[in-house]
Amino acid sequence: MSGKTLFDKVWDQHVISEIKDGPSVVYIDRHFIHEVTSPQAFDGLRKRGIKVFRPDQTVATADHNVPTIDQHLPIKDKLSRFQVQKLTENCKEFGIQLYGLGHQYQGIVHVIGPELGITQPGLTIVCGDSHTSTHGAFGAVAFGIGTSEVEQVLATQCVLQRKPKRMKIEVNGTLDKGVLSKDIILYIASKISTSGATGHFIEYAGSTIRGLSMEARMTICNMSIEMGARGGMIAPDETTFEYLKDKKFAPQGKEWDRALQQWQELHTDDDATFDIVYEFDASDIVPMITYGTNPGMGMKINGKVPESPDNAKALQYMGLTAGKQLLGMPVNHVFIGSCTNSRIEDLRLVASLVKGKQKAPNVQAMVIPGSKQVEQQARAEGLDLILQEAGFQLRQPGCSACLGMNDDKVPAGEYCVSTSNRNYEGRQGPGARTILASPLTAAATAIAGRITDVRELI
Amino acid sequence: MEPIKIIKSTCVPLPIENIDTDQIIPARFLKAITREGFGDNLFRDWRYHSNGDPKPSFVLNQPHYQGSILVAGKNFGCGSSREHAAWALYDFGFKVVVSSFFADIFRSNALNNGLLPVQLPEEYIQDLLKALQDNPSLEAVVDLPRQEFSVSGSDQAVGFEINPHKKSCLLQGFDDIDYLISQKDKILEYEQIRITV
Repeated sequence: MSGKTLFDKVWDQHVISEIKDGPSVVYIDRHFIHEVTSPQAFDGLRKRGIKVFRPDQTVATADHNVPTIDQHLPIKDKLSRFQVQKLTENCKEFGIQLYGLGHQYQGIVHVIGPELGITQPGLTIVCGDSHTSTHGAFGAVAFGIGTSEVEQVLATQCVLQRKPKRMKIEVNGTLDKGVLSKDIILYIASKISTSGATGHFIEYAGSTIRGLSMEARMTICNMSIEMGARGGMIAPDETTFEYLKDKKFAPQGKEWDRALQQWQELHTDDDATFDIVYEFDASDIVPMITYGTNPGMGMKINGKVPESPDNAKALQYMGLTAGKQLLGMPVNHVFIGSCTNSRIEDLRLVASLVKGKQKAPNVQAMVIPGSKQVEQQARAEGLDLILQEAGFQLRQPGCSACLGMNDDKVPAGEYCVSTSNRNYEGRQGPGARTILASPLTAAATAIAGRITDVRELI
Repeated sequence: MEPIKIIKSTCVPLPIENIDTDQIIPARFLKAITREGFGDNLFRDWRYHSNGDPKPSFVLNQPHYQGSILVAGKNFGCGSSREHAAWALYDFGFKVVVSSFFADIFRSNALNNGLLPVQLPEEYIQDLLKALQDNPSLEAVVDLPRQEFSVSGSDQAVGFEINPHKKSCLLQGFDDIDYLISQKDKILEYEQIRITV
């Protein structure tokens, strides 16, 4: 009998039963909810006259449509205010812990779960948000679900799912200076396309991945969905345990020792097999940018926009020409934030690059911390002053201009170099043109006022 | 959920690949707290100018294309998990989306809302799109019990796959929550075992 993959081990442990020729009943350890994809699910519970089955395994925050300034004031936008208020009421009625606006733990759902130690190896984690794949960085099986499934989990702590296939993506070798984990995942997406991993659950492995910090690993797993994968995970190791130790909701004392023993078993057996395996060489990865309207349309920063009939619609939207370089192209907007790149390490990298420099006059540069805790930490380290002196605006936590549900939007026709995860048409506002990049590339671009290869600055 | 059996309708062609859920329903329209009304903003930025005027070139603004079957390019529904995308399509009046490939989360969301994703071979879809261009009043038949898609007047049907569990849910109008609630004993038993391990 062949061995099991990391994914199989965690998944199989959580299957309660299997419907013949159908999906499995999968038990969910942690359920994150937010204001946008939960109200209809709570309504469903009310209609059925049932309670939340395991409120203590459910955690809520307000992140998607919250403003990033003046969070102490009532939300100006009526519909957003109503939606956030509805979340507050629902959490109260159903007994769910809410880290709402103003709370010291509020923030983007995929930032607060890990930093509070709610996210742990070997767990199943879901949220009505496709970037739930982020939590896979800890060796959890974590995936995004729709609102009907949110209702399933609220009602029964289970979700009906078919088991995905297994994919392994190995990256080996040493990264060049100025190359971040965001560049790794944009590189992989450019190689396997926006749908290349559909139907699969990815395990990232290899020496390059092993060498990454937890926050860098989260950036990789976060964008698994951008290749169509349901989720992506990384086997836990010393880096994982070190990160989790003493986090608020991580196991403590004897429980920690017991957990550690179990977590150390969470790796793919040597003789386990995958449905698809990709291998990449870190030395081929350079700072990456996207030129098109899905995250698979990426290229090396010094590359030329590829010529292909498939690109025509995207290039027309982006106002770009095949065969041209984007390096040196003026850009007026820079967004540093989102569940992909808004953690303290991202802010430290940005601050280290812009310290003592000034953003270009044409650029509006916005930095949105992923959570209240990240914001506090940034202030404690004096990053706020460095950013401010460089002309960057450090605002309050939320999803912000990643999806433009609040007022943080990019104007129509304008380019934005963004550390977020999606460059779809209109994603950052109607007509906005998004170029995805790493926090260092975004910071370098803000300083120069044009798309810049960060390797020239460090 | 309304049961689905056989759907006979004209089709709306949308030959674009990788249609993400942000195009189907942009994030700024996700602020409602009910499932209804999203159809008004279906494909909002492809369908309307920023001042609200319809864009005549977009297929939903072309009166000769009507019906409850949307025929789209491959990798339909990628991106965000927003179920609002399925709600918007359904609310607008679509009962079936035909594509050669669907994103995973969209497929589940659609099935959970009585919107049938029909996956057909790419070549068949290309021929269908061509036929629709020549004849917008072409009717198609989606036969869920037989798992077949055909064009009216043609005796050539093409089969499509659907999970047997989901098929029976759609035929009966059942949803997964009813099923899961019926499994409560097993769930409690599982929790007990997990605690003692």
